[in-house]
Amino acid sequence: MSRVRQVDVLIVGAGPAGLAAAARLATARVPRVEVMDRESQAGGVPRHCAHGGYGTWRHPLTGPEYARLLVGAAERAGAVVRTHVTALDWAGPLALHTVGPGGPETIEARAVVLATGARERPRSARLVPGTRPAGVYTTGELQQAVHLYGQRVGARAVVVGAENVSYAAAATVRAAGAAVVAMVTDLPRPQTTIARAADARLGQGIPLLTDTTVTELLGHGRLSGVRVRHHDGRTAVLPCDTVVFTGDFVPEHELARRGGLTLDTGTRGPVVDGSLHTSRPGVFAVGSVLHAVESAATAAREGAHAAGAVLEALAGAEPPDGVPLLVEPPLRWIAPNRVTPADRGLPYVLRTTVPLNRSLLHVVQDGRTLHRQVLLRALPNRTLTLAARWTHRVDPKGGPVAVQITSR
Amino acid sequence: MGAGVVGSAIARALAHHPNLRIALLEAQDDIGQGSSKANTAILHTGFDATPGTLEARLVREGAHLLAEYATATGIPVEPVGALLVAWNEDQLAALPRLAEKAERNDCPGTSLIGPEGLYAREPHLGPGALGALHVPGESIICPWTTNLAYATQAVRNGVDLHLNTQVRTVGRHHDHHVLDTSRGPLRTRWLVNAAGLHADTLDRALGHDDFTVTPRRGQLLVFDKFARDLVHHILLPVPTALGKGVLVAPTVYGNVLLGPTAEDLDDKRATLSTAEGLRALRDQGRRILPALLDEEVTAVYAGLRAATEHEDYRITAHPEQAYVTVGGIRSTGLTASLAIAAYVTDLLADSGLDPGPAADLDPVRMPNLGEAFPRPYQRPELIAADPEYGTVVCHCERVTRGEIRDALTATIPPAGLDGLRRRTRARAGRCQGFHCGAAVRKLFEEVPR
Ligand SMILES: Cc1cc2nc3c(=O)[nH]c(=O)nc-3n(C[C@H](O)[C@H](O)[C@H](O)COP(=O)(O)OP(=O)(O)OC[C@H]3O[C@@H](n4cnc5c(N)ncnc54)[C@H](O)[C@@H]3O)c2cc1C
Ligand SMILES: Cc1cc2nc3c(=O)[nH]c(=O)nc-3n(C[C@H](O)[C@H](O)[C@H](O)COP(=O)(O)OP(=O)(O)OC[C@H]3O[C@@H](n4cnc5c(N)ncnc54)[C@H](O)[C@@H]3O)c2cc1C
Repeated sequence: MSRVRQVDVLIVGAGPAGLAAAARLATARVPRVEVMDRESQAGGVPRHCAHGGYGTWRHPLTGPEYARLLVGAAERAGAVVRTHVTALDWAGPLALHTVGPGGPETIEARAVVLATGARERPRSARLVPGTRPAGVYTTGELQQAVHLYGQRVGARAVVVGAENVSYAAAATVRAAGAAVVAMVTDLPRPQTTIARAADARLGQGIPLLTDTTVTELLGHGRLSGVRVRHHDGRTAVLPCDTVVFTGDFVPEHELARRGGLTLDTGTRGPVVDGSLHTSRPGVFAVGSVLHAVESAATAAREGAHAAGAVLEALAGAEPPDGVPLLVEPPLRWIAPNRVTPADRGLPYVLRTTVPLNRSLLHVVQDGRTLHRQVLLRALPNRTLTLAARWTHRVDPKGGPVAVQITSR
Repeated sequence: MGAGVVGSAIARALAHHPNLRIALLEAQDDIGQGSSKANTAILHTGFDATPGTLEARLVREGAHLLAEYATATGIPVEPVGALLVAWNEDQLAALPRLAEKAERNDCPGTSLIGPEGLYAREPHLGPGALGALHVPGESIICPWTTNLAYATQAVRNGVDLHLNTQVRTVGRHHDHHVLDTSRGPLRTRWLVNAAGLHADTLDRALGHDDFTVTPRRGQLLVFDKFARDLVHHILLPVPTALGKGVLVAPTVYGNVLLGPTAEDLDDKRATLSTAEGLRALRDQGRRILPALLDEEVTAVYAGLRAATEHEDYRITAHPEQAYVTVGGIRSTGLTASLAIAAYVTDLLADSGLDPGPAADLDPVRMPNLGEAFPRPYQRPELIAADPEYGTVVCHCERVTRGEIRDALTATIPPAGLDGLRRRTRARAGRCQGFHCGAAVRKLFEEVPR
């Protein structure tokens, strides 16, 4: 039998989202706030984003600096941050089985916050055919290898993807002393700022192959090249010994799913309302597990925001009713994905599958327009934000609310 | 020659005889890197084998031997049973004949079940199934631990394992074979060829032209552990002239397999997956278990079967040459391995090898990779004795630092990260190293070698 212990709030995941929630709750004088992380170090993804654009405009920070700042803030506020502890499964509606070097433990809480983050789809999940050579990475593995462990990567790398994280991957390849042979995206243009794309292509001489798909990995033992196909049918082999599959994130929703929490079919993360309640009373979800992957600032903002609803839950409040919030194609997903009239302030993040120019976002319930927002430009894999100032118009007994796109 | 599951089983069987000096030669840098690492991991009953063949007999005997051995050594096995699902009238009509065949293959207990019974057992099965033959004896097993257990036990009982030792040519000098290997010459009195896909080449080098290996590729998809609840049995298609067809099966690691394809090739290194192969698998999988396709794919792999122009194993003794060929161990060699080993040991003795007295082997106990049995992170007593078993490194598969350390210092340590994966499952899970890849590599590189 494992030990049983009680806390007030148990937070799974010590990334920006979980740590921000912990800091806010501990500052609000919740006595026993505990954050657990399965890694040996708290901080989540920023731990290995060595050159990341974290912090604020005025105080830019690297990822590790940002991580230390958040851990420090949570601990100073009085939260307990434990590492090397894995939440394995539920032991009750608000209790989790955990394991760590100290053995198994069951932790019961009055509220649970899931902040388990996200991962990139690896080569296998993307069904890229070919051999199974060494030298195949995701950005996460690459960054850890280079920035946390000082490991060598190959000499010539192809980066698959052309969104922000892909450019971070390219920078990591170069930091490791290797060359980026090319970046490849099956979309018609890069999905980052014009300046960043131009710097990589012109400043660093990294060719960008657009409308191009990686169709096969080659090589026995070590990767020897990737075969690519352009939309017009032309094919080529790019010789390389390393390939990095970037972007295409999925939430780490294992606990959410094991717990039977309702998941959103678009994000594949748990369904939450604007206060970040999941479908189970007393369980909240924040950060990348909701919408893989936004900036760390967004994750931290959600953590802090959820703290408000957690405090209400601890005080005995019932979660408010709401209705589903859906997107229609070409929109891909939205989070939060449930809406209640009481939701205040937390902007929605959403994604599109195709580039959009000069469009209108309509928020509609039962044929009634609740909100309209002009959209100048949106790209796949880039954040699109929808303000939340219309939620009080929602009829909690009405049908689902839909977000639609029309061109202007 | 050959440290796949068959060669390792033979070495282990011979290790019962302390008077024999035995070398196990393997061309690659680790054991089990040929067909033995990439199969469908089913411990067959042999219910559908052609009665009277050597394969039918050795599969049947091997299944029992391996099931017992697995219990004794801790190789994960789950007796989930199989359902041969009929999707049309012809297939339905074929089921009674298969039931009779099973009977003739000494595989008792099969039963025909109707659509209601079938959907009650497998509620996620796609629509339109007409019935099934239930074969209760079919099991799933861990192929990697099996190969490793044989080789480990062989080595601990005196067998010399020579990795990175490719046999190039074979000559005869007086009453010895002289093998020219990539690590120098080696002399031996008796020779056993268990070189899998290359058994025909070595056989020809010894002057025999009995068979030609045509690699038959099988591509497979491994689905996420979340898919495990979708299927309870090994779901087999009704066999046709074209082969055994695509199955859906649970794995002992808690995933779900879809595959394999059957493609005859001429390149013995063509273990690559192809876009067409994966598309075909997904199309078939969607029909069998539609919800499976909504789950993430954890791994894609391909293996080559050592098919030949013959419908049976090609196990032949050449007493005048003190040589035994173990060829054409097609798609059942994992199951049959222990029976093949016993059969080959007898052939050697019949051919004049005096094995001397037999002794029991020191037993081995293998680390458990199976989800149906407690893994180290689930064993409080183990963690209390050594906290490294509570220190999870690979999160998706919950592999602890203690297990990785043990594998790296074991009797047969892995030569690379893939070998470590086959021994521990580190990096084998849904993130494929996003979270743990670099940490696992560090542990691997730290070991003094
Ligand atoms: C490669 C990469 C580069 C990025 N670059 C930038 C950038 O430059 N600037 C920027 O603003 N944002 C960047 N981001 C995004 C940003 O880092 C994430 O949005 C942010 O880290 C999300 O925070 P989180 O707390 O939700 O999740 P994470 O930071 O992913 O943290 C989740 C934590 O939960 C833990 N965990 C998960 N499951 C369990 C469990 N069962 N038990 C215990 N612990 C568990 C994990 O170990 C992890 O530490 C990047 C993201 C990636 C992946
Ligand atoms: C897709 C697929 C699915 C299968 N499913 C099942 C199943 O569900 N159940 C089952 O029981 N069986 C199954 N099998 C069959 C089983 O995997 C094989 O029968 C078995 O692994 C054969 O083992 P082996 O030792 O003969 O060959 P291998 O594992 O190929 O071993 C031969 C070894 O010899 C070495 N070698 C070759 N030439 C030389 C040389 N010149 N010098 C030194 N070494 C050499 C090779 O490197 C290799 O390691 C399947 C096979 C495939 C491909």
